[in-house]
Amino acid sequence: MATLGLTCVHLCAGLMGRRAASSLRSLRCVSGMTVSQIDEEVAKLLELKAQLGGDDGKQTFVLKTAKGTRDYNPKQMAIREKVFNTIVSCFKRHGAETIDTPVFELKETLTGKYGEDSKLIYDLKDQGGELLSLRYDLTVPFARYLAMNKITNIKRYHIAKVYRRDNPAMTRGRYREFYQCDFDIAGQYDPMIPDAECLKIVYEILSELDLGDFHIKVNDRRILDGMFAVCGVPDEKFRTICSTVDKLDKMLWEDVKNEMVKEKGLTEEAADQIGEYVSMQGGMDLAERLLHDPKLSQSKQACAGLTDMKQLFSYLQLFQITDKVVFDLSLARGLDYYTGVIYEAVLCQTLQAPTPAPAEQNGAVSGEEGGVSVGSVAGGGRYDGLVGMFDPKGRKVPCVGVSIGIERIFSIMEQKAELSAEKVRTTETQVLVASAQKNLLEERLRLTAELWNAGIKAELLYKKNPKLLTQLQHCEETGIPLVAILGEQELKDGVVKVRNVATREEVDVSRAELVEEIKKRTSES
Amino acid sequence: MATLGLTCVHLCAGLMGRRAASSLRSLRCVSGMTVSQIDEEVAKLLELKAQLGGDDGKQTFVLKTAKGTRDYNPKQMAIREKVFNTIVSCFKRHGAETIDTPVFELKETLTGKYGEDSKLIYDLKDQGGELLSLRYDLTVPFARYLAMNKITNIKRYHIAKVYRRDNPAMTRGRYREFYQCDFDIAGQYDPMIPDAECLKIVYEILSELDLGDFHIKVNDRRILDGMFAVCGVPDEKFRTICSTVDKLDKMLWEDVKNEMVKEKGLTEEAADQIGEYVSMQGGMDLAERLLHDPKLSQSKQACAGLTDMKQLFSYLQLFQITDKVVFDLSLARGLDYYTGVIYEAVLCQTLQAPTPAPAEQNGAVSGEEGGVSVGSVAGKCPAWGRKQSCQQRRCAPQKLKFWWPQHRRTFWKRDSG
Repeated sequence: MATLGLTCVHLCAGLMGRRAASSLRSLRCVSGMTVSQIDEEVAKLLELKAQLGGDDGKQTFVLKTAKGTRDYNPKQMAIREKVFNTIVSCFKRHGAETIDTPVFELKETLTGKYGEDSKLIYDLKDQGGELLSLRYDLTVPFARYLAMNKITNIKRYHIAKVYRRDNPAMTRGRYREFYQCDFDIAGQYDPMIPDAECLKIVYEILSELDLGDFHIKVNDRRILDGMFAVCGVPDEKFRTICSTVDKLDKMLWEDVKNEMVKEKGLTEEAADQIGEYVSMQGGMDLAERLLHDPKLSQSKQACAGLTDMKQLFSYLQLFQITDKVVFDLSLARGLDYYTGVIYEAVLCQTLQAPTPAPAEQNGAVSGEEGGVSVGSVAGGGRYDGLVGMFDPKGRKVPCVGVSIGIERIFSIMEQKAELSAEKVRTTETQVLVASAQKNLLEERLRLTAELWNAGIKAELLYKKNPKLLTQLQHCEETGIPLVAILGEQELKDGVVKVRNVATREEVDVSRAELVEEIKKRTSES
Repeated sequence: MATLGLTCVHLCAGLMGRRAASSLRSLRCVSGMTVSQIDEEVAKLLELKAQLGGDDGKQTFVLKTAKGTRDYNPKQMAIREKVFNTIVSCFKRHGAETIDTPVFELKETLTGKYGEDSKLIYDLKDQGGELLSLRYDLTVPFARYLAMNKITNIKRYHIAKVYRRDNPAMTRGRYREFYQCDFDIAGQYDPMIPDAECLKIVYEILSELDLGDFHIKVNDRRILDGMFAVCGVPDEKFRTICSTVDKLDKMLWEDVKNEMVKEKGLTEEAADQIGEYVSMQGGMDLAERLLHDPKLSQSKQACAGLTDMKQLFSYLQLFQITDKVVFDLSLARGLDYYTGVIYEAVLCQTLQAPTPAPAEQNGAVSGEEGGVSVGSVAGKCPAWGRKQSCQQRRCAPQKLKFWWPQHRRTFWKRDSG
């Protein structure tokens, strides 16, 4: 058993003078316990508690998921699978590999990475071991993974759920458990090439998902900072002015200017100058023009950003995606750790949602306010400093990446499915093996096994003597396109009756040719 | 709120009574501490720990994953994807749909479901909202999902990670975060048809994964219980004798018999009689023979199980999988909540692992001792519940990762009220 010593009392009192020592006196057997002694003691007590039967031994089921979380039913899973397939195919087309990380990290790994949003992190209970927290995004785990494995170059995607204890009053409809889909290129490369590929990937994914028209806004942190500087914004106000500018997609300029002047203490002149710049949109031409802007060209930072922007657009032209990409100086979101190019993809039209759409939940670390910017479906940029924070030697690994707003996309696809006449199938069964008369279970089992062995997706009802109508109804309900009907006469003749559920046409097919026939019909549809 | 009826209560009552409280005496301040006193004590200690600065208040970055967890690198992901594709294709070939549930549940949802293993549940910190816990398996969430949505019939698979705070001293190499892959058919159906399909699925998956030769042992809880009864085992010793019989895959019969007689108080005669039965293996012929066994046929339970076993084998013949399925009376694992057919798939050959293989991590609710049954991909089918467990092994020379999914068939009876 642990001994208690005076030196440890000094330790307790001296180490963290955060709290008044008065509460120490109220703890039994306090003096001298070290952290590991406490862990040991706690573990023993918890074991005892478990032996006593734990909490309250209620035997009922609570029929609720935790607040902010939900089950995915088979329909939603079918949609989800389709979306993932499209997205992952695109990533693979561009040569990306994938990793996975644990759902929780050591608390200290996440500490200090998310600024004020740290209060939204789910902690695990201290049960006598390491202090743990559920991951808040996929970027910090990525940075840890790179540093741990001393990786300097990787092109990786990671699709997984992350956890945030959002306050539901502020952000109605926002989930606390939600998917993030990150794609990142880490490594020192010639400028703008990987950045351009990221944009090409966003373009491809949004096109293939068929979500309607979209455009991608592009800007650069250096251009923004340079702009603030030449407009007279004090350095220490850059970030706060940035988040005000960010509200331009939700608020009118007058209100944004108001906030800048009244709340953030900017001069009206500075605000007006900013107003002129942030109303500008264009392509390579705008970057060129701004490089010759008398004020902006005074900022080295801005010039660097503008030069790169020109380079980027030249690559985008070669990638044939400039029709949907706009250099937009009002884009200011999520800038806390971006160091260069930033971008955001926005849907031009959004479907009417009877219920409020889940607020945008993007992958940005902290910075992202993620108010209800209903149309935004992807966001990202270049962040060269993050991985260096994890490396013991501070080695930098430049990164550029994008986070696809996958929950938003699910939501849109679910709405589309609801509005469409076509039913979403939850299974992929191609044929139901049915019997027209009684006592044919054995024949059904035999035939179904033959079909399975041939790789055909087949089902049979788990009844010895099901009615034909019941079997046909099952097909209609679940969308099974074909029925293979066994009957006594057909068995004698060595054939199987193949019925097309939609058209109700029936044709007799020889047992030997059945597999081929089914394969032919199901590949055509 | 719908309750799930008596089955649930039996399940929990059964789970709780398993282990002896022998270790109680070694705990300090044991006598008379109630659960709430323990809570209070723990809270005080944790507050002190927090005041001491928690783990160690370092500002540097810890380049570590949490104990018992690990990253999957791209190579591992590629293998994982291949395995999942094979398994999911098989499920889809059989008309299964899939669901997903949150990684944490309300603490009360998981309370009382896992018996002593409850101490292995990861709780979330009370941050002023609902009390939450990370899911321990996929079965309880499944049951909740069925009840919440008033679903009576479903054929579903669910592949997802679950979380257990295993004690690393006891189970070296065991992960605290690991995949489970469950397949379940819920619903009232004609007997043995869905059971046979589950076995067909296991057979297909193991064949397609190309893991080498395997066989699937099948038994039935009713046959086992009937056998114990006619061998003179007192009712209250059924479960404990069962777990001893279970050790036959690791221990020799002499040692198993020894445990039954010396530790569990069985007569030598009873043990010998059990020994005769549990050495039997066969197919439909064995079931038929046992139905005429003078002793065993006296048990109604055993007869019901044997009749179903014959039926099962007739279906397995039609499914063409009897070459690898054996009716084996020594199969006794994880019987705590199974009520009918049980099965377990075992690889015949296992590759040499230079590092100790992670101990078998099954999806069993408590019941599973999960010793290092190295070859096992277990499955059991009760009339209403069936389960297959998985084991994760690594073979370093070829850097292959083996991973067996867990399939399970469960059927929760609904309370008519």
